[in-house]
Amino acid sequence: MRTTVGAVLGALALAAAAVAGEIPTAERRSGYDFMGREIRAMQDDDTANPGMLWVLEGGALWTRKTGADGKACADCHGDARTSMKGVAARHPAFDAARGRPVSLEQRINACRTDRQQAPALAWESRELLALTAHVARQSRGLPIALAPEAPMQPFLDAGRAAFHRRQGQLNLACSQCHDDLWGRKLAGNVIPQAHPTGYPIYRLEWQGLGSLQRRLRNCLVGIRAEPYAYGAPELVDLELYLMWRARGMIIEAPAVRP
Amino acid sequence: MASALINVPERARRGEIIEIKTLIAHPMETGYRRSQVGARIPRDIIRLFVCTYNGTEVFRAELHPAIAANPFIVFSTVATDSGTLVFQWTGDNGFAVRESAAIVVE
Repeated sequence: MRTTVGAVLGALALAAAAVAGEIPTAERRSGYDFMGREIRAMQDDDTANPGMLWVLEGGALWTRKTGADGKACADCHGDARTSMKGVAARHPAFDAARGRPVSLEQRINACRTDRQQAPALAWESRELLALTAHVARQSRGLPIALAPEAPMQPFLDAGRAAFHRRQGQLNLACSQCHDDLWGRKLAGNVIPQAHPTGYPIYRLEWQGLGSLQRRLRNCLVGIRAEPYAYGAPELVDLELYLMWRARGMIIEAPAVRP
Repeated sequence: MASALINVPERARRGEIIEIKTLIAHPMETGYRRSQVGARIPRDIIRLFVCTYNGTEVFRAELHPAIAANPFIVFSTVATDSGTLVFQWTGDNGFAVRESAAIVVE
């Protein structure tokens, strides 16, 4: 009898773990909370945070005239410290011209091609990361304020579906680790909750700055799935869902992660 | 890109031990890696970092392959006089960066 009850309880516990679902708001934690003391100190000190090197370079690019029209970002947007405040906290945002959400990197490149008449910057290029970091830095300390309007809903749903879809040779869904098993270990590393609070991030493993899409592609390779190309709609939808999932959490950009 | 972040206290008491933090953008390519087509990626590292305080050398570090990209160097010195701290990084391919910071000692 006792063993039967035990088995039933065990089965119930397993079932509960399998359908753990979304993390309750009160239990959400940034990747920062899972890191050691040294890396936290590195992120907190602007003169020790290597991401600030890109922010600094982005500041220089912000005022540099470029393109056929000879315009700098600052010529339209003025001082980034005021005009770009909160911008990273509400991206991906809906772009009416494209009829779909665009990420911060895509927004910057759209500005370059449409307004500055300059060639788009390559994904993960120094310049694009620097400009993104500079813009994202202006939202540090602000809560993620993603309020998807009606036209965003299908893209948000697509992102949510991608997050819960088993993929790759390992047949794993993002949610299996990041919703159900966060806080546990994957090899020697703690599994975080996958909240994109600090992008672009300086990752010690990369010895450089990287975008959220680089991180997502990284994860896809990890589960042995074919990663989507940079800028692919699937990745932007996933970004959108992740930002919505982290709504209200505080932006830390540029964050440092192991 | 050659940008550096330096953190030196603006003011200090005479005789106080001050902490100085420096961070510089550099790829620190070891010279041991190969590209996807098998060609050796040439070494590109910072080899020497020197800090002088009013002309006197107070800190020197030799850097080698296997030091991470964007080297972060923290050291301390004794605040002796008001003046200037000069930081110099030199390395492969003619890499040379010089930055300075002022300090008031009272």
